[in-house]
Amino acid sequence: MDFDYFSYLFFGGLTRGSIYALIALGYTMVYGIIQLINFAHGEIYMIGAFTGLIIASVLTMMGLPSLAVIIIAAAAAIIYASAYGFTIEKIAYKPLRDANAPRLSALISAIGMSLFLQNYVLLAQTSDFLPFPSLIPDFEFWEPYSHIWTSAELVIFITTVIVMILLTFLIKFTKIGKAMRATSQDKTMASLLGINVNRVITFTFVVGSATAAIGGILIASHIGQINFYMGFIAGIKAFVAAVLGGIGSIPGAVIGALILGWTESFFTGYISSDYEDVFAFLFLVGILILRPSGILGKSETQKV
Amino acid sequence: MKPILEVKNMTMAFGGLKAIDSLDISIHQGEIAALIGPNGAGKTTFFNCITGIYKPTSGDIFICPHEKQERLNGLKPNIVTKKGLARTFQNIRLFSSMTVLENVMIGCHSITKAGVLGAIFKNAATKAEENFIVEKAYSILEKIGIEMYVDELATNLPYGAQRRLEIARAMATDPFLLLLDEPAAGMNPMETKSLDDLIIKLRDEENVSILLIEHDMKLVMSLSDNIHVVDYGKKIAEGTPEQIKSNPDVIKAYLGDESEDA
Amino acid sequence: MTATGEIKKSVLVSLWFMFLTFPIMVIRVNTVQDVVEWRWLNMAYIGIGTFFISMLWRYMIRRKEREGKKEKTDNLSFAQKIILDKKIFIPLVALTGLFIIVFPHMFSMYQTNIMISALIYVMLGLGLNIVIGLAGLLDLGYVAFFAVGAYSYALLNLHYGLVFWLALPLGGFLALIFGVILGYPVLRLRGDYLAIVTLGFGEIIRLVLENWNEFSFGPSGIPNIPKPPLFGVDLSLSGSIIYLYYIIVGLVIFTIFVINRLENSRIGRAWIALKDDEIACQAMGIDKARTKLRAFGLGAMWAGMAGVIFAAKTTFINPASFTIWESVIILCTVVLGGMGSITGVISGALLLILLPEYLRAFSEFRMIIFGAVLVLMMVFRPGGIINNVRKTYKFQKT
Ligand SMILES: Nc1ncnc2c1ncn2[C@@H]1O[C@H](COP(=O)(O)OP(=O)(O)O)[C@@H](O)[C@H]1O
Ligand SMILES: [Mg+2]
Repeated sequence: MDFDYFSYLFFGGLTRGSIYALIALGYTMVYGIIQLINFAHGEIYMIGAFTGLIIASVLTMMGLPSLAVIIIAAAAAIIYASAYGFTIEKIAYKPLRDANAPRLSALISAIGMSLFLQNYVLLAQTSDFLPFPSLIPDFEFWEPYSHIWTSAELVIFITTVIVMILLTFLIKFTKIGKAMRATSQDKTMASLLGINVNRVITFTFVVGSATAAIGGILIASHIGQINFYMGFIAGIKAFVAAVLGGIGSIPGAVIGALILGWTESFFTGYISSDYEDVFAFLFLVGILILRPSGILGKSETQKV
Repeated sequence: MKPILEVKNMTMAFGGLKAIDSLDISIHQGEIAALIGPNGAGKTTFFNCITGIYKPTSGDIFICPHEKQERLNGLKPNIVTKKGLARTFQNIRLFSSMTVLENVMIGCHSITKAGVLGAIFKNAATKAEENFIVEKAYSILEKIGIEMYVDELATNLPYGAQRRLEIARAMATDPFLLLLDEPAAGMNPMETKSLDDLIIKLRDEENVSILLIEHDMKLVMSLSDNIHVVDYGKKIAEGTPEQIKSNPDVIKAYLGDESEDA
Repeated sequence: MTATGEIKKSVLVSLWFMFLTFPIMVIRVNTVQDVVEWRWLNMAYIGIGTFFISMLWRYMIRRKEREGKKEKTDNLSFAQKIILDKKIFIPLVALTGLFIIVFPHMFSMYQTNIMISALIYVMLGLGLNIVIGLAGLLDLGYVAFFAVGAYSYALLNLHYGLVFWLALPLGGFLALIFGVILGYPVLRLRGDYLAIVTLGFGEIIRLVLENWNEFSFGPSGIPNIPKPPLFGVDLSLSGSIIYLYYIIVGLVIFTIFVINRLENSRIGRAWIALKDDEIACQAMGIDKARTKLRAFGLGAMWAGMAGVIFAAKTTFINPASFTIWESVIILCTVVLGGMGSITGVISGALLLILLPEYLRAFSEFRMIIFGAVLVLMMVFRPGGIINNVRKTYKFQKT
């Protein structure tokens, strides 16, 4: 066995996994709080990437230096993705929650939102693939290793780790983080304790969307192109990762994402790339059937 | 005679919490028994365990409707119902998009058998079965005293009637033991009184034994032949209403609380 | 709230949306020629549009809340009254029936073809209605069974010369088998997981069809699928379209008949009970797994039959016709019409499929409208256009 090839696949899987993790976090946080599979989450990630590209192109044409372009575009992507997350929650989910609608309704509404956003971008922008500039430069000091792990991939990994740490800090130690944990355990109890549950939910959507946008920009600059459909498949895979790790659990989402990233990378590297997506789906089906509560999720008896 | 329901040394743990802790309970043919205890004592959990909705951590559940004793552990809820244990729910769980009659008709599911082909071709046997179901359901509604709501949607019923519909629905499964989880909760004194009569009527005319969970002490004392008291998942007393009333443990754990509340 | 308050709020909403849609709606970058297109007009449209939508939205929400409070006196909607009033409903059905029969003779082949497509969706919608509307199982991979039917006919015809009339039941049967095999392991899952897993299955089947060239001929698909034969008579092109039209009409009628029977049977009641409350349903002695499997299998069978018709209609199939969005469109027809109601699903399917066909200007916006329809229906009218009305029974008083 060729060790370089193995390492290449290993680090490729790590990069993939990092990106899945950034998207999976949004799924898992939202699910943890309102038990809803936010189908439109993948679209937020796509919109983040589009916003980033549009802003970056405009600024580049205006002649701004590239560092400024990267920072402003990334900030815009994050802000806009959060704004979309916020708005989607207000339009498609909150009215249903207020009306105590069944979970099936919320899920259908989420699917509708996903379809809407995809086509919104398709109509307002284009159905073609757009080239996305490589925002991350090749570092010279990294040159010796770049054949197995490119510096762009390295940056993606490091960014993911930083986001993870920030998020863990947010949830463990801040006031709103504590409110989030309380809300996810028992909404009624939380609101009795004076927590503004709606605010917590909104905040969760905003944070989840922001991490998704970071993922969106990173992957777009890594792959080099985007289109309106990119959110769907990435969203599904991130969802697989979240479920694999145990939906609702934040470390679970990361572990699940890494496992999925690696298995996909090795599967396509050693076996076949035709069936890459089939593999991800089979993986999902397998986990849900064999261990529906995931690796870190706890299995619960539904209270009757 | 063997008890019709015999629960031996049953424990149900949720994580670290033992909602039921080595509980033994026996119910005999023809009796009206009550299961009482403070909120969170594990009464509903007990129902969920014997009806197969929860899997008890340990212990045995036996039934003996006729001569032969059977073990219920590990059976699915629908099989338990088929074996003759029917229940109502503390937090009413009616089929909200169906009419009152249909709710009771659902109860007949386990004693009928028409399949997909029967439904499509509507042969003589299926037609006869449908008629049987409709008539049985209606006569149960009459017995329970809510036949005036027959075509209403179940959700549109007043609260007391919804509780009665739960009982009607359970009766449609032809049980030998009826498990009632707080049937009088939320009822006014008049409704409670007529519920009292209904339960006795069911026992005498329909030949079912009854185990009820109830907080209304007046109802419990007047109805029950035998009372089981649980607290923190453990049985703390058992006996006739007279014995229970004078049991110091019960007074401490339960009646004491009750009088403070009142 | 006061009128000025309302307007103030709506202005804020409209400003928010102008901000929100700014990069995507206003700017368009042409990266090849390095030019930026600024479409400020779009921003004006968004601003004005969202202002009015916001007013309407809040009015509708308030109305819904008011209705929610007085729901107890279950007031039937106009459509329901029509359905329940036999004096209106039966002539209406007769008239529709007559229209359907003469349709291909009054309109062009082009129109007839569109109608065939729409009726295929009616069949799919009614089939999915068993799964979602009656049993409450959100199946997002429904199109997979449609594909099984279509490919059964195409492949069995290609390899063994199987004729349409044998393929129709066989395609349905194979889809049923598929449904049962797939359903068996997944039906234990909770509702939302079930949705994702079925979505996964749908995609797996499509991807396999796309990649397994030896079996399915990959993305290039299978051409020259024969239209149904009529007792050896050689039909002209238009003749065969009309013939197919009557076949699908017949099948739709058959479907309505079957579902109507099922809905008010022991099996159908068990489905609805399952949808309303799984736990209470089991406590009533209903076998959850079996009941779900029945719904899933029967739904799949209908999709399979519709698939055979589809293959016969287009005479060419490839995996592109069986994407997840097809499942979503079918879901949309069921949701729009009213989950569980036969008349509702039929109206929903006809509306959603025919409108974009006839309003050409509209068709570009088809998918975005579908998305909006799903959200709006869930927010404002979860019961669909036509709520299902439960059957009442007559009995001798004892
Ligand atoms: N599915 C469950 N998961 C975790 N804890 C449960 C579950 N069901 C019941 N419990 C706990 O078991 C205890 C007993 O509850 P219950 O049987 O409902 O009491 P009650 O006697 O009031 O009916 C409570 O502390 C409750 O929180
Ligand atoms: Mg209780």
